[in-house]
Amino acid sequence: MKLRINGEQVSVPETVRCVTDLIEHFQLGERVVMIEHNEEILEKGAHPETKVKDGDTIEIVQFVGGG
Amino acid sequence: MLKIGNFTFESRLLLGTGKYPNFDVQKEAVEVSGAEILTFTVRRMNIFEPSQPNFLEKLNLEKYSLLPNTAGAKTAKEAVRHAKLAKASGLCDMVKVEVIGCDKTLLPDPVETLKATEELLKEGFTVLPYTSDDVVLARKLEELGAHAIMPGASPIGSGQGIINPLNLSFIIEQSHVPVIVDAGIGSPADAALAMELGADGVLLNTAVSAAENPVKMAEAMKLGIEAGRLGFEAGRIPKKRFATASSPMEGMSIG
Repeated sequence: MKLRINGEQVSVPETVRCVTDLIEHFQLGERVVMIEHNEEILEKGAHPETKVKDGDTIEIVQFVGGG
Repeated sequence: MLKIGNFTFESRLLLGTGKYPNFDVQKEAVEVSGAEILTFTVRRMNIFEPSQPNFLEKLNLEKYSLLPNTAGAKTAKEAVRHAKLAKASGLCDMVKVEVIGCDKTLLPDPVETLKATEELLKEGFTVLPYTSDDVVLARKLEELGAHAIMPGASPIGSGQGIINPLNLSFIIEQSHVPVIVDAGIGSPADAALAMELGADGVLLNTAVSAAENPVKMAEAMKLGIEAGRLGFEAGRIPKKRFATASSPMEGMSIG
């Protein structure tokens, strides 16, 4: 299916069913990442229960150095 | 003791995490500085390079309180979004509100800063707004319930030090919450002066990260802030126009 991730069209396999699957698909399981799904910011606990479907808009963000 | 909301800290130095030569130098500088609060920002991840190193992995997060900032936001709405994304990490409750209103000077937008502060306080954040050195604005932020006020000494990253010590001292005198001088500090003398004026803390980044030797500068800043604070607590002598001899006048004719 096609998702819009961080402003770009990205294809992911149909095996990606929830946000946790999506994080695993991009090998980000060990990283500190925060997710916004269709303009809703998800608490960490909500990743497994948040279903991903074709056409969803997702932001995957992280912490970077700054002042 | 620096008390911000429900948090207390020994160190009065808050350190940024941007623009270090590399993560190892950064780690050492952070350790040497004694800082307990680190600030950083939220950005999109490059999902196609999952192995890219990240500064968080070099730091023992148990040792530090994380203060995400909303740098990059130009409106209150964007700032609130950045703050909520940061909080979704589960790693932090504090937020540095930073809403830039001018690309050239990087000075904060006072109206959007007020709005963002109000909104984030409602959401239950511990809120530290970065503001200009406007005395009335600082008071209004405190009235909203901001947990600390963070006036700039001079433009971000400029290293110009404290341009307006008078305004800064007005802000410090009127505030009932901590005042943390944020932005523009260039040298340990600048940091010491901020503390001598009665500031509760100093937040800086470039002064350390872009110094020729960031690790040495981190220590210099630590000492400068400690000296400045001690000096403030000790109560300096007033400046006088004329000399006053330090040695006794009695018994001068010894011959």
